[in-house]
Amino acid sequence: MNKVVESAEAAVADIAPGSTIMLGGFGLCGIPENLIAALVKRRITGLHTISNNMGVDGFGMGLMLEAGMIASHIGSYVGENRRLEKMVISGELNLTLVPQGTLAERIRAGGAGIPAFYTPTGLGTIVAEGKETRQIGDRTYVLETALRADVALVKAWKGDRLGNLVYRRTARNFNPAMATAAKLTIAEVEQLVDPGELDPDHIVTPGIYVKRVVVGESYVKPIESAFIKAKQGGAA
Amino acid sequence: MNAKETIARRIAREVKDGFYVNLGIGLPTMIASYLPQGIDVVFQSENGMLGVGPPPAEGEADPDLINAGKQPVTEVAGCSYFASEESFAMIRGGHMDMSVLGAMQVDEQGNLANWMIPGKMVKGMGGAMDLVAGARRVIVAMEHQTKEGESRILKQCTLPLTGMRVVHDIVTEFGWIRVTPDGLVLTEIAEGIEPAEVQRRTEARLTISPDLQAMLVL
Repeated sequence: MNKVVESAEAAVADIAPGSTIMLGGFGLCGIPENLIAALVKRRITGLHTISNNMGVDGFGMGLMLEAGMIASHIGSYVGENRRLEKMVISGELNLTLVPQGTLAERIRAGGAGIPAFYTPTGLGTIVAEGKETRQIGDRTYVLETALRADVALVKAWKGDRLGNLVYRRTARNFNPAMATAAKLTIAEVEQLVDPGELDPDHIVTPGIYVKRVVVGESYVKPIESAFIKAKQGGAA
Repeated sequence: MNAKETIARRIAREVKDGFYVNLGIGLPTMIASYLPQGIDVVFQSENGMLGVGPPPAEGEADPDLINAGKQPVTEVAGCSYFASEESFAMIRGGHMDMSVLGAMQVDEQGNLANWMIPGKMVKGMGGAMDLVAGARRVIVAMEHQTKEGESRILKQCTLPLTGMRVVHDIVTEFGWIRVTPDGLVLTEIAEGIEPAEVQRRTEARLTISPDLQAMLVL
């Protein structure tokens, strides 16, 4: 079994316009930089993205936004992206904000065959509007439904040709859950290792979830707080 | 000592040995700098880490190691990393001893509003709704009034809520206010201000505790 694809371009070549795509990462940490760049080259449009954030102006998913590729987005925090703000206000982009833990659990549930679940998060807020609520014991909970996608683009530290993945530090975040919740999961890794090199006890994402593996060529890995400060400094 | 430092130093005294604590972005993050000597506390960051250490030295930032405010941090010995769904399982599951957050408004019922102003761009709630729904104790750390001098502690929140009846305590530069089934109770008061003056600067009705204490900061 060999899931390794020769390039990021080849890995994303058959993603259709209008697809629903999950993208791993928290801010700019642990995002699939190479897969995003390859997707941006294709300029496919009408994408429905699911990701905790939306990159920043000039990097990460911000590049997809600037290329006009995204029609709708589900996330928990989008504060670092001015273009997004304009597009939401003008109605060009449909934005749905979801509490971060609910987002993570909806994706986990999607991958785990759980169609919906009750959570205490958001009760009595606009997040719960129009949703079923139910009292269980002495508390009331909100029904939230699972999320799945056509494609998940995830980023890992090391992986093997079977698709087994390990992550590094806080670059793990949403990547493992997203890897389980899509029809086609493509993993970008910093290092490709031989099967058996990863300690089986330490594998976070077992290869069953991953269809394609690609080795990222170069990493910028901007630190978001510094990146934004530098950009603002440059603009002033 | 400015208002924010007063608030951070007071809340630091409330953090006990063995606690697992999540600190929100901004003022709450300052609390970590003022912890009492000799206590062992584990800080959680909801992007997937227990055992968050101080910021790295200049030039030693690791882009794979950030806090939920997307700032570089370091790890303390014994730290652990996990994915987002597990991070929020421990938050929602009631495993966090304390969550400290900022607020735009809090009211007499312990309702909290800190994520959205209608008509302005909505940036998102991030993890705040899960934190207030799940932490065993939710402390709001904020300056008592807005820059315009309006009360942030109201009879009823006017902004969209982050959580309904979720706040246990409110700490401002003027004192410590407990949220009780009978409303808000001023239990500690800062140096240099009288209870009547705190009430004058607060829209919500405050009960002055018969056992009112001076608010001590470290």
